[in-house]
Amino acid sequence: MSDQNIGKPVPRKEGRAKVTGAARYVDDLAVPGMLYGVTVRSHVARGRISEIIFGDRIPWDEFTVVTARDIPGANAVALILNDQPYLADRIVNHAEEPILLLAHEDKYLLEEARRAVRVEIEPLPAVFSIEDSLAKKEIVWGEDNVFKSFLVEKGNVDEVWDSPGLVVVEGVYATGAQEQLYIETNGVIATASREEGVVVQGSMQCPYYVHKALVKLFDLPEDKVRVIQTETGGGFGGKEEYPSMIAGHAALLAWKSGRPVKMIYDRAEDMTATTKRHPSRTRHRTAVTRAGQLLGMEIDFVIDGGAYATLSAVVLSRGTIHAAGPYNCPNVRIRSRAVATNAPPHGAFRGFGAPQSIFALERHLDKVAAAVGLAPEELRRRNFISRGETTATGQVIREEVDMGALLDRAFELSDYHAKRERFSRENVGNKIKRGIGFASFMHGAGFTGSGEKYLQSVVGCEATAEGRVRVLAASTEIGQGTNTIFAQIAADALGLDYERVEVVRPDTASVPNSGPTVASRTCMIVGKLVESAALQLKQTLAGAGLLQEPYTAEEFERACREYIEKNGALKSFSQYRQPEGVEWDDEHYRGDAYGAYAWAVYVAEVSVDTLTYEARVEDFVAVQEVGRVIHPVLAAGQIEGGVAQGVGWTLYESVVWAGGRMANGQMTNYIIPTSADIPPIRVHFFENPYAGGPAGAKGIGELPMDGPAPAILNAVEHATGVRFDSVPLTPEAIMEALEGEAVKA
Amino acid sequence: MRAYLPAYELVVTRTLEDALALLRDEPGAWRPLAGGTDLMVLLEAGRLEHRKFFSVRQLAELRGIEESDGHVTIGALTTYTEVQRSRVLAREFPMLVRAAGETGGVAIQNRGTLGGNIANASPAADSPPALLAYGAEVELVSSRGSRWVAYADFHTGYKQTLMQPDELIARVRLPRPREGARHFYRKVGTRRAQAISKVCFAGLAELDGGVVREVRIALGSVAPVVLRCRRTEALLRGRRLDAESAGAALEEIAKEIAPIDDVRSTARYRARVARNLLAEFLAPPF
Amino acid sequence: MKRGDVSETPGEANETRLDAGRARGSADEERPGADAARGKVSVRCIVNGEAVVLHAYPLARLLDVLREELRLTGTKEGCGEGECGACSVILDGELVNSCLVPVAQVLGAEIKTVEGVADGERLHAVQQAMIECGGAQCGICTPGMVLAALSLLERNPRPTEADIREGLAGNLCRCTGYMKIFDAVVKAVASSQ
Repeated sequence: MSDQNIGKPVPRKEGRAKVTGAARYVDDLAVPGMLYGVTVRSHVARGRISEIIFGDRIPWDEFTVVTARDIPGANAVALILNDQPYLADRIVNHAEEPILLLAHEDKYLLEEARRAVRVEIEPLPAVFSIEDSLAKKEIVWGEDNVFKSFLVEKGNVDEVWDSPGLVVVEGVYATGAQEQLYIETNGVIATASREEGVVVQGSMQCPYYVHKALVKLFDLPEDKVRVIQTETGGGFGGKEEYPSMIAGHAALLAWKSGRPVKMIYDRAEDMTATTKRHPSRTRHRTAVTRAGQLLGMEIDFVIDGGAYATLSAVVLSRGTIHAAGPYNCPNVRIRSRAVATNAPPHGAFRGFGAPQSIFALERHLDKVAAAVGLAPEELRRRNFISRGETTATGQVIREEVDMGALLDRAFELSDYHAKRERFSRENVGNKIKRGIGFASFMHGAGFTGSGEKYLQSVVGCEATAEGRVRVLAASTEIGQGTNTIFAQIAADALGLDYERVEVVRPDTASVPNSGPTVASRTCMIVGKLVESAALQLKQTLAGAGLLQEPYTAEEFERACREYIEKNGALKSFSQYRQPEGVEWDDEHYRGDAYGAYAWAVYVAEVSVDTLTYEARVEDFVAVQEVGRVIHPVLAAGQIEGGVAQGVGWTLYESVVWAGGRMANGQMTNYIIPTSADIPPIRVHFFENPYAGGPAGAKGIGELPMDGPAPAILNAVEHATGVRFDSVPLTPEAIMEALEGEAVKA
Repeated sequence: MRAYLPAYELVVTRTLEDALALLRDEPGAWRPLAGGTDLMVLLEAGRLEHRKFFSVRQLAELRGIEESDGHVTIGALTTYTEVQRSRVLAREFPMLVRAAGETGGVAIQNRGTLGGNIANASPAADSPPALLAYGAEVELVSSRGSRWVAYADFHTGYKQTLMQPDELIARVRLPRPREGARHFYRKVGTRRAQAISKVCFAGLAELDGGVVREVRIALGSVAPVVLRCRRTEALLRGRRLDAESAGAALEEIAKEIAPIDDVRSTARYRARVARNLLAEFLAPPF
Repeated sequence: MKRGDVSETPGEANETRLDAGRARGSADEERPGADAARGKVSVRCIVNGEAVVLHAYPLARLLDVLREELRLTGTKEGCGEGECGACSVILDGELVNSCLVPVAQVLGAEIKTVEGVADGERLHAVQQAMIECGGAQCGICTPGMVLAALSLLERNPRPTEADIREGLAGNLCRCTGYMKIFDAVVKAVASSQ
């Protein structure tokens, strides 16, 4: 293995296509004879469909109309519990639930037609909050509104509360929904027929999820369904499960019409109808000694899953495992539940439950520190986990971990201590209050628990007679740099130039299933498979006596040519195997929850304007240990992008709900940060190579979403002296807290 | 695109005279489209109810910024970008320039026009509070002739104006403020750019030895129309500006505005911020 | 009920040349919402240096016409309401959101899209810097961002960081957190001096 590409800022593989406008996203493609498709949706949150009325003045005989009755296979989006229908038949469980599909070649007339369909629905009582769902105000799912619950137990937390000399600190924390707001909306193009099967191309993170869903929807053999990822304009989790829905809809219209069908959501539909980050509510009860040692943590974590189970069970799982953070506490109980409401299903979004539970913990620890009279960093220093100690699930940390060093570096880069002191002094009498705060946290890479073992991901490597290497994987490039890092990893494994390696476009007809592009797994888990598949390719050539190290590119090329002439093709495949000693007990939720964690300390500096109650992040420092950095520019870009989304979630992005539907489903009214709102973000990496990752790399994609919210709110508390325990923290909320009763309506 | 596009019409008239003839011949049938920054948004959402439009963007007669002794006159088609590039506006009407710079991003500022902003009559628009505080007058033209109206009288209700169906906004005239006047403009929109305001405040005050000679106060997003706070002004005019008069003004403005809860903010927030901004405007040192 | 064919084909019968002064087409009373319906119009303009004639309904968005008529798909739709800037193009030297420009208003105009930025195979300094600095991640905002940066540098060849932040504030990016885009603009400035 060479080291000529990894760690270097090689040019992004598809960079040129993206800066010249040549990159083709799904809406840029047109297929001859293509129709356009749209969805008619429910306008009530829960009810019984009584009648569908097709209005006058529309030439309905020209339209393809699909209802639940037209579905050839199972009317359920195959995921975990398969409870979500593709098209509601008699009952709707959320506003925006799909009921009927229309296709026509004239997209303007199609809109006119969509408006002309009237669906009569008799409303049923609905549930819109975690509290009402838990109180079973109405049973809207299963027997008790609970999709999934977990219990994590370490030590015996019940015994600690009565110990003498303890301080017990309680708190309740809440987070709101967040729209992924990838700039490219969901979209697909489908062709389908009984003879040819179903082909879907589109914007997505997980081609094999879509494949599995279409196989069930059409009741077709696997080889009659083909899914191709087109260039994808961002995902962030929002294109993890939803593409299975829109792909199914377009394919149903194509199946019935016999024509290709393009379906592209406009922004309003994408925002109101597709998934968002799960809202959450977390209760903490913590026992701490006067010296600041954590003795017991009892955590109750609840997320709002919306109307169907979708991915809530696994979002809950990750949130649960991260709920106790990077601390060594002997007694922990985490009880968690994902509950049903009549909102559109909430889904995957960068961090996947962890940002919610980490927000609660890191806000809570500032409160705990205050209760025992310690500085927030001092409380954490006294409890940071280190090698040989165990997490809440009982996972023994085997790698070297030095959270204290991350904290030191973050404080040094942010000038934390000096600013903390100066702001406290200067805030008196200033209209602009300033504050600084931080959060320390970790994020596990790869699927939780036994997930990777069940996935059994496969990656292929193929060499051509010209000595070019192609990586075959279903892992998608969605902006995070998959194409580039896979090429770097394969090139270094083979000792070749980066330009010699290309990553094949994910197409289920030609790439193996390397698993979904989620869970910070692409670099660490799939990248490792890329590395081993590439190494195997080399071994094959060596084994055939065609190649000896060291070799030149020309020698490699000659070896490939000779091998291919003799054997036809040169391919290797590598399948995931759980590393030795990794144990996970699914039943008791104990053991090695993740192969590796990235560790981090983030510092936020804020200002709060007491005239307008607007809080702004003025400076941000992100320090993390991520194993090995494969590509310094892409890695920093991941961190900065995640921090920006975190800033948005914390201060700007407020989903306004009205009767279970998003009332501000427009970019004008759901505001994400602009270039004028993001502070300078300074990123620093500590490198500590992890044996299980390619060249030592761990996952980093989700990590940066975890830290900003608690760091910012801790800073706001420093600035204002007021404790805020929920996000988004809007100026309206700050006004209410600062002015209290003084405000007249 | 949710509109049924074939149902819409947009004609391009060559001259102002042609445009006015169109308005005269079929009163109410045709409406102007300038930069499109409001109407095209409604079109996309399928909410543009009116169908027949004529483009005014190409009408040279409605462009340009002119200075005279007592006034600066701004053509209705002046874009926000042109407002920001004008030296005389930067020197004498900083609130208007600031409002233009805080309206949308660069691409919006290049298309959006002052006349369009007025005609659209949104209570959340950014320039109108500044225009009100500067005591603007608006020239309405029709084939019958032209008339000047006080901008403070222009908006008669939510999205309603005193324009006749055959009239077009031609120009805006601003009296030049006295040197040394206080200009205070603040748009509050949560994020720094590309925001729709939750509250927008514009105030102009001219003092003589601590006594308020003239004051004009306007607020956006706190009422069905962009609001000129005449009662608060009246209370201050002729009085010494001190804690007592400022306190009275704060009480008065709370009664004068009528903010609501909507998807962008709350009535309580808007009321409180309006009060804070007035307090800031009236605060020493003068 | 039979739908009329006006909406379907850019047929000569339904077209009116805009440069004739006023655009009027024939109404088709049978079509939905036909009360004010008119046909398509032809609009002459220059796109990326080439004279073209666009055929579209007069209120059609320049965005759609560029993408569908000219197949210039580098211009993207992100929001349809002038909020995100993904559809930015340069119209007569000024940055605009092409989703807000009705095609009838580009008569005689000069339009530059992202496809017209590079000089053949040679990338513009802004494009090159966007690749090198990591300013493009998913790439969907990139064409608009490139044009916004270009337009900024045209007016202000040596922008401060505040100028860059302000100049790009109408172009939303959800991937990068903007830092790498700022780096790219700074680098493009340096490399063109």
